[in-house]
Amino acid sequence: MSDDAPRAGSTVADLPAEGAPAVPANEGFEPEIIVFACHYCAYAAADLAGSMRLQYPPNIRMIKLPCTGKLEVIHVLKALEAGADGVYAAGCLEGQCHYLEGNLWARKRVNHVKTLLEELGMDPERVDMFNMSSAMGPEFAQRARDFTERIRQLGPNPVRPRDGFEPAEVVRARMGDIALPETDAGADEDLTPTVAPAAEEGPER
Amino acid sequence: MSTTLLKAGSNLERILSDGRFGVTGECGPPKNADGGVIEEKAKILKGYVDAVNVTDNQTAVVRTCSLVASHIAQLNGVEAVMQMTCRDRNRLAMQADILGAVALGVRNILCLTGDHISFGNHPKAKGVHDLDSMALIRMFKAMRDERRFECGEEIDSAVPLYIGCAENPFGDPLEFRALRLKKKVEAGADFVQTQSIFNIPRFKAWMEEVRALGLHQEVKILAGVTPIKSAGMVTYMGRSVPGMDVPQEIIDRIAAKEKGEPQREEGKRLAVEMIKELAEVEGVAGVHVMAIEWESAIPEIVETAGLMPRPAVT
Amino acid sequence: MITADRKPFEDIYSMTEGYDSVLVAGCDTCVAICLSGGEKEAEILASEISIKAKQEGRELTVEHTAAIRQCEWEYLDTIADTVGGFPLVLSMACGIGIQSMAEKFAPKVVMPAVDTNMLGMPQEHAVWLERCIACGDCMIGLTAGICPVVRCSKSLMNGPCGGAHDGLCEVVGRNGEPIECAWVLIWERLKAQGREELMFQYRPPKDWSKSSSGGPRKMVREDARPV
Repeated sequence: MSDDAPRAGSTVADLPAEGAPAVPANEGFEPEIIVFACHYCAYAAADLAGSMRLQYPPNIRMIKLPCTGKLEVIHVLKALEAGADGVYAAGCLEGQCHYLEGNLWARKRVNHVKTLLEELGMDPERVDMFNMSSAMGPEFAQRARDFTERIRQLGPNPVRPRDGFEPAEVVRARMGDIALPETDAGADEDLTPTVAPAAEEGPER
Repeated sequence: MSTTLLKAGSNLERILSDGRFGVTGECGPPKNADGGVIEEKAKILKGYVDAVNVTDNQTAVVRTCSLVASHIAQLNGVEAVMQMTCRDRNRLAMQADILGAVALGVRNILCLTGDHISFGNHPKAKGVHDLDSMALIRMFKAMRDERRFECGEEIDSAVPLYIGCAENPFGDPLEFRALRLKKKVEAGADFVQTQSIFNIPRFKAWMEEVRALGLHQEVKILAGVTPIKSAGMVTYMGRSVPGMDVPQEIIDRIAAKEKGEPQREEGKRLAVEMIKELAEVEGVAGVHVMAIEWESAIPEIVETAGLMPRPAVT
Repeated sequence: MITADRKPFEDIYSMTEGYDSVLVAGCDTCVAICLSGGEKEAEILASEISIKAKQEGRELTVEHTAAIRQCEWEYLDTIADTVGGFPLVLSMACGIGIQSMAEKFAPKVVMPAVDTNMLGMPQEHAVWLERCIACGDCMIGLTAGICPVVRCSKSLMNGPCGGAHDGLCEVVGRNGEPIECAWVLIWERLKAQGREELMFQYRPPKDWSKSSSGGPRKMVREDARPV
C-alpha cells in the first residue's frame, strides 16, 4: 500500500478506501469520465451548452446512444475495467423518455452497477445517472462540472493504468452499433428504427 | 365406574371415559441433561392434574426428549401425556420411540405436526416431516388396534395407547377447522387438546360446529387455557404466535394492572374465570392448562377453579 | 425451470486463488432465463473478476464463454477448444451443467459460480417461486393442482396445521416475505371446483423412496435407446 499524501482541501477521511491507485493522488490527477448520453435529451443539452459557450470540463468523453435504455451493465463495467475514473448516464427526464421507459431501465442498471462496485470494494459514487431535457444546457454543464469534481475527490480508479489508456474506445468497441457516431444533429432527427423488410427464409440458428 | 372397554387404561382415559371433567397440565423438559428439573415440576403438579403433557422439542428448541421426561414424570407420581411431533423423527423412529414409551409404562400420546424448524435454535437442520399428524394418529391406532407396524408387519405384543391430537379452532381456513377435527377423529384420535383459548365466543362458535358433526361424542375435547404472566407475554402471543386469537380486551385487562405480581394475579384470576366458563360449554370434557414455565401457578388455578380434588380412579 | 443464484462475489473470487487464468462459462438455457448465468452474466462476472484482479495488481487472464446448454455433451463440444485453454473454469450453469462440465473436461477443475436453488416458476418478470421438488410421485391431481410437498412448509398431506393465519403460513420467507398457506389455497380451489370431498379423504404417508431420499435416480426409455 503506497502512502497517500492528503491533497489540498481534503482530510485523511476523504482518501479512497479502494487500495493504492496506480496514479498517486498528488500527481495532478485528471479524471477520465465517460458519459453515456441519449440522443434526444442529454446529448442535445450538451450541444446547447456548447452553443451557449458554457464551459464543462474536458475530462468528459461522450458516447451517444439512441436512448440510455440501450446502456447495459457490461458497458459501464468495461469502462471501469479499462480505467475510467467515473461513469454516468445522462438521459431524458423521467416520464419524458422518447422511448417511454428506457431511462427507467438505465437507472435500474446503474443502481445494479453500484452494488457490483460495493462487491468489488470500489466506491459506488463513481457511477451515477442524471436526467435532463434537451433545453437544459446549463444543467448539463453543471452536472459535468460537479461530477468531475466528485471524481477528483474520490481519486483515481484503483485499476487505472499509468498511461496510454482509452476507456472510451474500449467501450465503443464493446458497444458496437449501439454507440452512435457523434454528430451535431439535434433532436429533430428521429432515430426510431424502421422495420426492416422480411429476410429470406433461412435456417434457424 | 364406567364399563367402557378401555384402550390403554391410563388415568386420563379412565377419568374422561367416566364422564368426569379432566384436567391436564403441561411441563417443558429442560434444555440440559438435568432430570431433576422434571422431577421438581412433577412434584409441583402431583395431585393437581390427571396427566401432564411433556413437550417434544417445543418451538423446535432442543430439550430433553419427551419420552425420557415422560418416564421421569411418571416415576415421580404424575401420569404423562407424551408428545411427539412430525418434525424431528421419521416413521421408524416414531414407532421405535412409542414401543419404548409403552415399555416404560407411558400410555398417553399426543400426535402433533410440530412448529417449523425455522422457529427454533437449529434452523439449519433438516425438518423431517416424513409423516403428518393425521398419518401419525393412524399409525399409532393401527399399532394398538391391529398390532401392525406402518409397513404392515405384525407386532407381537400389545401397544396400549390413549391417542390424542391438537386442534386450533382459530387457524385458517376457519370453516375447515371443525372438519379437520373430524378427519383426526376418523383417523383415530381419542382425545383432543385445543390451542390456547382467549376468544371464548369464537371458541363457542367452533364448538357449535363440532357438536353439529357429533364429534364431541366421539372424542374427548379438552379446552386449552394459558394463564397470562404479563401484559408483555399476552401481547407477544397475540402478535407473534401463529394461529392465536387474543382479543384486545384481554390485553387491556392485564395491562391495567401493575407489572409483576399484580399482573400475574390478574392472569391467574382470568384463567380461573375462563376455565369455569369453558367447563359450562356443552361438549367440553376437560381443560388443558398450559402454564409455560409457570407450572407453579397450576395448583392454585386448579384449586380456585373448584376442580380439586382430582378423582382417584383405580 | 431450474433456477440458480450467483454466489457471493468474494466466494467466487477466492476460487481463483492460485490460478493465472480462468474461464467463466455461462449457460444459455435455464440460468440465462433466470438471469443468473447466461452469456450476459458470464461476461459481467468475468469483468468483475478482472477488475478485482487488477485492483490487487495480480496477473489474471479472465475470459468468458457460453454453451447453449452445459448439460448436454454435444453442446459442450462447441466450447471444448476454449475450455481446453484454461486451468480453471467457473461455471454459471445449474448443478447439472457444472457436473457435466466437470465430467467431460475432467480432471480440469470446474467450480460452481452459482447456487442452484429450485425448480421455479416465473410468477412475474424477475420473480421466481418454488413449485416442485421432483419427488417422483406427483399427487397434485388430488390437491387442485397445488403441490403440498413443496408449497406446504411441512409437506403435510392432510390439510393445514394449526399455524395458518390470514391465509399465510406460519413460516416467513427467507427474506421476510409472507408465504401463502398451500392448504388454504388448495381448499379454496377445491371449493371452486366443487371437489371439497378431496379435502376429507385421508392421504397416506408419502412414498419417499421415489424421491432422491431413496438414492440418486435414473430414467431410461428403452424404446428410444439406439438399436
